[in-house]
Amino acid sequence: NMASGQQWVLVEMVQAFYEAPAYHLILEGILILWIIRLVFSKTYKLHETSKLTEKEKEDLIEEWQPEPLVSKDHPSLSYDVVTGPPSHKIIINGKECINFASFNFLGLLDNERVKVSALASLKKYGVGTCGPRGFYGTFDVHLELETHLAKFMKTEEAIIYSYGFATIASAIPAYSKRGDIIFVDEAACFSIQKGLQASRSLIKYFKHNDMEDLERLLKEQELEDHKNPRKARVTRKFIVVEGLYINTADICPLPKLVKLKYKYKVRIFLEESMSFGVLGEHGRGVTEHFGINIEDIDLISANMENAVASIGGFCCGRSFVIDHQRLSGQGYCFSASLPPMLAAAAIEALSIMEEDPDIFTVLREKCKHVYKALEGTPGLKLVGVPFAPALHLQLERSLGSRDADMQLLRTIVDHCLERRVALTLARYLEKDERFLPPPR
Amino acid sequence: MTESPTTKPSSWEVCHGVKNGLTADRGCLVKSLHRCNEWHPNNRCHLAEQEEVNVASQYGTLYNRPFVESFEETPMLVAVLTYMGYGILTIFGYLRDFLRHWKIEKCHIAREKEEQKDFVPLYQDFENFYTRNLYMRIRDSWNRPICSVPGAKMDLLEQASHDFNWTFEYTGRIVQDVINLGSYNYLGFAENTGPCADSAAEVTMKYGVGVASTRQEIGNLEKHEEMEKLVARFLGVESAMAFGMGFATNSMNIPALVGKGCLILSDELNHTSLVLGARLSGSTIRVFKHNNMQSLEKLLRDAIVHGQPRTHRPWKKILIVVEGIYSMEGSIVRLPEVIALKKRYRAYLYLDEAHSIGALGPRGRGVVDYFGVDSHDVDVMMGTFTKSFGAAGGYIAGKQELIEYLRSHSHSAVYATSMSPPVVEQIITSMKCIMGEDGTTIGCERVRQLAENTVYFRKRLRKMGFIIYGNKDSPVIPMMLYMPAKIGAFGREMLKRNIGVVVVGFPATPIIESRARFCISAAHTKDMLDRMV
Repeated sequence: NMASGQQWVLVEMVQAFYEAPAYHLILEGILILWIIRLVFSKTYKLHETSKLTEKEKEDLIEEWQPEPLVSKDHPSLSYDVVTGPPSHKIIINGKECINFASFNFLGLLDNERVKVSALASLKKYGVGTCGPRGFYGTFDVHLELETHLAKFMKTEEAIIYSYGFATIASAIPAYSKRGDIIFVDEAACFSIQKGLQASRSLIKYFKHNDMEDLERLLKEQELEDHKNPRKARVTRKFIVVEGLYINTADICPLPKLVKLKYKYKVRIFLEESMSFGVLGEHGRGVTEHFGINIEDIDLISANMENAVASIGGFCCGRSFVIDHQRLSGQGYCFSASLPPMLAAAAIEALSIMEEDPDIFTVLREKCKHVYKALEGTPGLKLVGVPFAPALHLQLERSLGSRDADMQLLRTIVDHCLERRVALTLARYLEKDERFLPPPR
Repeated sequence: MTESPTTKPSSWEVCHGVKNGLTADRGCLVKSLHRCNEWHPNNRCHLAEQEEVNVASQYGTLYNRPFVESFEETPMLVAVLTYMGYGILTIFGYLRDFLRHWKIEKCHIAREKEEQKDFVPLYQDFENFYTRNLYMRIRDSWNRPICSVPGAKMDLLEQASHDFNWTFEYTGRIVQDVINLGSYNYLGFAENTGPCADSAAEVTMKYGVGVASTRQEIGNLEKHEEMEKLVARFLGVESAMAFGMGFATNSMNIPALVGKGCLILSDELNHTSLVLGARLSGSTIRVFKHNNMQSLEKLLRDAIVHGQPRTHRPWKKILIVVEGIYSMEGSIVRLPEVIALKKRYRAYLYLDEAHSIGALGPRGRGVVDYFGVDSHDVDVMMGTFTKSFGAAGGYIAGKQELIEYLRSHSHSAVYATSMSPPVVEQIITSMKCIMGEDGTTIGCERVRQLAENTVYFRKRLRKMGFIIYGNKDSPVIPMMLYMPAKIGAFGREMLKRNIGVVVVGFPATPIIESRARFCISAAHTKDMLDRMV
């Protein structure tokens, strides 16, 4: 029964107590005293946070002075004001000039057909869309433009953004996350740089158009992968290049890039803002120019603000790749859609491009002509390939400081304006560009 | 002496937790706090399920009208059922993935190219789990294409799916006259007739559609300058600058204003564009609870007293980023209190009025007008033209020197194309209409109509017993649905009755709080509202 069982245990305990060796008992006694001390001693924090009194805190708050929101020491910039429509003849600051400064490559800004179709769309839909794509912001015009673009570029699908800058800047972070690796050309434009920054991936720059440099980086990465195969299996790798670079006006060597792609198993993102509607027999861009199968490129992104004289941007490629952006492209999901009249203008411009492939040859002839004419100018260096529609004139010998160079270039531009030719100074955000191009 | 509003529901037996953080915070650091004990007894709500919390504190003098917001807590039963619903869906999801893997079930999603099969996979399987299994089932509630003006009534393209929403086909029929509760058309300017559309048409024919150059190079038309002056006058500030896309306005200008060594205090529920802009700027970001002034004050004090983490150097600037109306909650920011805090602690305030410009206030000037505060107190006012003006784009307004700085340092001015001329014209005409400068009173009437519609609709929904979030004056009305099955069903049922609504679920909202969101417009007439109810 229970009571005797308990008693028996107690007796056992007391017996054990007497039989235990002395050191054992002393040790246990010390331990018990230590525990009692710890339990009742004052607790203290691990790191001494300074205990400021209330008065000290108030004083600190009183004393703190923030910097002014914007600094006042920057050169004030006055914009040139353009009155009247921006087309081949443009009125700047009251003077009528021939327009060599805007990106109106195919001359479609002025085209009557484009304007009429935009007007028709305005009469049907109004101006704005009042909503993002997910919430009643998708118009049939958008769907039509997307299918039209996909058919034109001979890809499976296309997706439209409402702002050219945001196109590539939203596309890159949708695929490449923290821990992935991106190889970028040094002369990449600012929107690509913002996209890279937003993606938080590891960025590796290779020298402009230098395939050996890129191959070296890829080989290094391959060695790294061998050391750590488990991590390599989940690290995605991308190459981001532009078709026709805005900053240097030359073309990327696409066939070599495709070879590298299959050799090292990286994906290619191609940014064709300047080359869409310019290069290639039918204006399909740098893939047509080199004769490469468009399925080899994973993503082509372009903005519709240069050759296609509208506003906005698009990405095209295989459905596997593009469909992902519909849920995770930030500029697509969280922003209002493109106004339908601009989409209608883009559709019309695309139709014009399709009907009349001769305009591309005309453009190329003119570019070559201008290139030859400008080639021998003393003191200025011409940067760019002969058939690039946007060329840069750079000072041959720099005057020593960037500001002085910019001053001189500004006087050249003003001089041209006097002579009724409109040029423009290429603008860069000096502090934010990674590799600042020389003034031009 | 700082004060913060506290409410003491001391004699409140039926106490559902108040989510907007007005619970009495006894652990406040500031000992010189005046606890406010005023509680107007006649404002006590008699309905057992609902709670209206009134800020009747020392700050009562700052508010010239009662500020009534309510966020009811989810009832326990509903929360449990919702979790169960999601759990069942997840199990089904795994089951179907398993079947797809073993090719028992047909796989509809696009696949990688054959030659690239041995590349590192582009998407992790788990990332797409939600997309494949939960989103696909109710995908037809979103991305509904329309083919008319997104006004009070619209025409939808009918779409049918034969394989459970994996692909859609357009049957070619058009569903006519669907009442539009989804577009952000607050003042009804999304129209294709009338003075705005006419002048925009003129401008299209004269100027064309595109401007193929950036603002700083050769894209600065005189129309842009005219519009910016008008915006500055409308808001009552010194000058303004406009950009082509509202999202891009935030993500490109916050980095121009703050950088490393600065602190950004942003609200919990800020929009993605604000979060992206804050991230791109490189400053430290600290989040305070939604619309909770005590949390904000605590963060401000800690920041100033302790300085930057680890080095304890003082911060260069502190920027408080808030929104006028929060689009998912329908709540309005407590602007007078934020301004008082900002003045006390010398921080800067960035106010994003994407939804509230044109929609709040007796003259339609936004949340600043609604509370009657001085617009010079807000350092940076930002807004978009998409919602109330029926155009596209965004703006930033403030002092002359701020705008001068942005003209030379903003990413958008340097690299992005300027706005399209017809869009600019639409903004000019609609703004003039709201201000009354075009000679008619259409603008004032619309503002008034919107306010009336809002109040009426909210009252009716409340009476029917639905749970509504948000401030009683905000035209964004979220109605709680909670269960995943209800999301899809609600959207479809409403469409059958010719009403188009917007339903939102995870990940835009917390997982148990999916909701349907109504956006009231001045163009809705009373009988439309009655039909909806």
